[in-house]
Amino acid sequence: MTYVRPTFRHPDLPKNKINFTKKDYEGALSTLCAGCGHDSISGAIAQACFELSVEPHRIAKLSGIGCSSKTPAYFLGNSHGFNSVHGRMPSVATGAYLANRDLVYFGVSGDGDSASIGMGQFVHAIRRNLNMVYVVMNNGCYGLTKGQDSATADNGSKSKAGSTNLFNAIDLVGLGLELGATFVARSFSGDKTQLIPLIKAAISHPGFALIDVISPCVTFNNNVGSTKSYDYVREHIEATSTVDFVPVMEEITASYDDAKEVTLHDGSALHLQKLHQGWNPEDKLSAMNAIQNSKEKGEILTGLIYIEPNTNALHDVLQTTKTPLNTLKEDLLCPGVDALEALNQSLR
Amino acid sequence: MEPTNVHDPEYYHKVVDCQYACPAHTPVPEYIRLIAAEKYTEAYMVNWESNVFPGVLGRTCDRPCEPACRRGRVDEEPVAICRLKRVAADNKGDITHLLPKIPSKGNGKRIALIGAGPASLTVARDLAPLGYEIHVFDEQIKGGGMMRSQIPSFRLPESVLDEEVNNILNLGIHQHFKTYVSSLKSVLDDGYDAVFIGTGAPRGRDLTNLPGRAEGGANIHVGIEWLASVAFEHTKSIGKKVIVLGGGNTAMDCCRTSRRLGGEDVKVVVRSPYSEMKASPWEKEDAQHEDIPILDNHVPVSFVAENGKLKGMMFEKVHAVYDEKGKRSLVPTGEPHVFIEADDVLVAIGQENYFPWIERDLGIEFDKWDMPNVDSTTFQSTNPKVFFGGDAALGPKNVITAVAQGHSAAVSIDLYCQGKPLDVRPDPFTNLVSQKMGIHEWSYDSIVTNDDRFVVPQAEKALTLKDRKKEVELGFDKLVGFKEAERCLNCDVQTVFTENRCIECDACMDICPTDCITFTVNGTEEDLRTRLKAPSLHLNQDLLVSDTLAATGRVMVKDEDVCLHCGLCAERCPTSAWDMQKFFYNTTKAHHGCGSH
Repeated sequence: MTYVRPTFRHPDLPKNKINFTKKDYEGALSTLCAGCGHDSISGAIAQACFELSVEPHRIAKLSGIGCSSKTPAYFLGNSHGFNSVHGRMPSVATGAYLANRDLVYFGVSGDGDSASIGMGQFVHAIRRNLNMVYVVMNNGCYGLTKGQDSATADNGSKSKAGSTNLFNAIDLVGLGLELGATFVARSFSGDKTQLIPLIKAAISHPGFALIDVISPCVTFNNNVGSTKSYDYVREHIEATSTVDFVPVMEEITASYDDAKEVTLHDGSALHLQKLHQGWNPEDKLSAMNAIQNSKEKGEILTGLIYIEPNTNALHDVLQTTKTPLNTLKEDLLCPGVDALEALNQSLR
Repeated sequence: MEPTNVHDPEYYHKVVDCQYACPAHTPVPEYIRLIAAEKYTEAYMVNWESNVFPGVLGRTCDRPCEPACRRGRVDEEPVAICRLKRVAADNKGDITHLLPKIPSKGNGKRIALIGAGPASLTVARDLAPLGYEIHVFDEQIKGGGMMRSQIPSFRLPESVLDEEVNNILNLGIHQHFKTYVSSLKSVLDDGYDAVFIGTGAPRGRDLTNLPGRAEGGANIHVGIEWLASVAFEHTKSIGKKVIVLGGGNTAMDCCRTSRRLGGEDVKVVVRSPYSEMKASPWEKEDAQHEDIPILDNHVPVSFVAENGKLKGMMFEKVHAVYDEKGKRSLVPTGEPHVFIEADDVLVAIGQENYFPWIERDLGIEFDKWDMPNVDSTTFQSTNPKVFFGGDAALGPKNVITAVAQGHSAAVSIDLYCQGKPLDVRPDPFTNLVSQKMGIHEWSYDSIVTNDDRFVVPQAEKALTLKDRKKEVELGFDKLVGFKEAERCLNCDVQTVFTENRCIECDACMDICPTDCITFTVNGTEEDLRTRLKAPSLHLNQDLLVSDTLAATGRVMVKDEDVCLHCGLCAERCPTSAWDMQKFFYNTTKAHHGCGSH
């Protein structure tokens, strides 16, 4: 009653710029249900980090509790990780980010972890504009406790047991826009061609990047009548645009008629072929309109929703030193009696 | 691409690389699993059914399966398939009750087999259980053909050969040993319903025109004749200094046999570069292990003899030059000729067919190389009553090819004797069964082990060089045999995909350790191969392409090349769109009864 992933890999796996193969970005074998959308998102995160040639030791994965929050065990096995208390991942992320601004932070959360027990933390992480990627693996139910409706379940969505949800859903994307998140996107676990470039853009983004990923719970919320099933999402999905992530120093080769280009802070770029009328990713009002319009039409709008490319993250707001605080040595932190005296004098 | 037609049995057959590469299509993974389960007798019988001589082939096969083995494409070395076959043979129990029963009443048809080598014995094995009266003719005192006369006892003990030859001869075969057939016409005149010719390639090539050949003649021997003479104990010694000419497996057998008959300074001298020698790599290694140097790039110039006594040979040094088409020519280096001393020279530079005993007015057409025109599927000659097989049919190959041709010829003879057309071949037997037992449970060992290929232990050199009958290889013991068996990837357990169950969750694509699976929009094969998740390395390895998937209009494409058959795709599939199903393929054989078709 056990199963094991073989150690053999494809003999000619491509290498990225730092000479790593995808194997170097793998984690342990998933224990989630077969077909879980979360596994697909894990795969997309690993693939995005591989393609961006991020060194695994420069990544920290932070999570709370839930099926979603287990996933950091299943990708980036060579990276740092902290599996914290339910809904408290943003606090840990804040602390980690303050101590070391040089790492790439992945907050991995679920709809329960972010929209219910952790809502108070979630909103403050956005408000403070932590430089992190905040991935919500959103399946609209509590899969770990047999599929009760969660706060993101749509009004009218049917559970596997047959009951209909009577409450309105919290829309994390709308909430993120309202609270001033500087990168807001929605995607679908079953659409890696969209999800991977979004994750890459989110990593490159210098502030808080929220990606709400609809991730069907194959065991408890993949039934007819559910609005988070594979079939329902595929039937109702719409995209703001196609997304091409163009790394720094690489020439843009594709060209489209209705194309929009967003240059990111680090020099990389997003090449977007617009599919949605009247939408401009750098105009929050148009983004909010797009979201509301789709909602009224019963569509699920995915893709990049909003971006503010040149944003000031928490460290910039606080004007802390560029050197990660955790590397400051005693002589700098404790400059001695004379320095203290000089400081006191300057304040008299 | 069109969806792959998995209902064509050849599709899944090709995925089982070893079985597909085996001329007799032995179900290799099937018997390897039986070995792992300590069911040696059953493993032996799976072999016996397909290749007739598991004990012989487990020691001497040319192993076309091993270079084909998928493990060799992901690991350093392939599974030691050949030596596992020997494990089955060494450890089997009594098989007499498992051998076919001969009907008490014959079918009234008489078949003559000329030559008692592997091809003829295979025909005998396949036809005797159907009630045919089989008469086998051979000039030697016992059956086995070249397996007895050319393969030395230190590689193949006589007891092993005797057992497997007798298993066939005991099926009521009429034996005519010590009977040289000097006229095919007389055989045909005896009224046989069909005649099968399995006389091998009995004539060794010689260097008749090389200067000194006549004067040194007493000490110059043709390799295969000399090996036969040793095997039948007419020759019991050789000089201290021996030159073996040639780079094939016969040369390796000659030099190693020489070491056992008194040769102290034995050298193999070959025209081609070392890397291009025809001998199997392991046979070259075994020769070198017995202190036999291999001198490559030496072309014989002359035999040197004084007063009618051989002194040695003169060679010209060459190097290989290749033209733009890759054709090789050996160009002299210009260095002075090399003289190598020798008391005896063994010429092992190839062997040929020889049909002086076949009258040319019997309706059997011969081509310009004096080879009979034989159909490569039916093995029938232009005289419909006369069939060929083994080295006699299409030129010298190896034992396993002779067996495969024997099976085909037996099918043809059976069809012919029933008055049925030969080109309508009976289908192979195939079966495809799910291996799922429960959650995370499969009825095969799906876990891929990391062991390197195990080395077969050998007996002490000091002992084996003293006794030409002492077997050098000791074979795997049961434990090592088990471990080596566990290296098998079970390629016959197929990844079967059912598109209408797939919900496109990507789980299989994410979990696949070797990135075999891609979901993408359809295209031509050439185009698809550029868009796979991992590079497509071998174009001869098929792509499994699904029908268009309902949800997204994409297709599932699986590159069969480096699939580990670990079953993780099926484990992670929530809807059982993937399943691991064992494919059993048993190539057509006469004794299954062509009559039922």
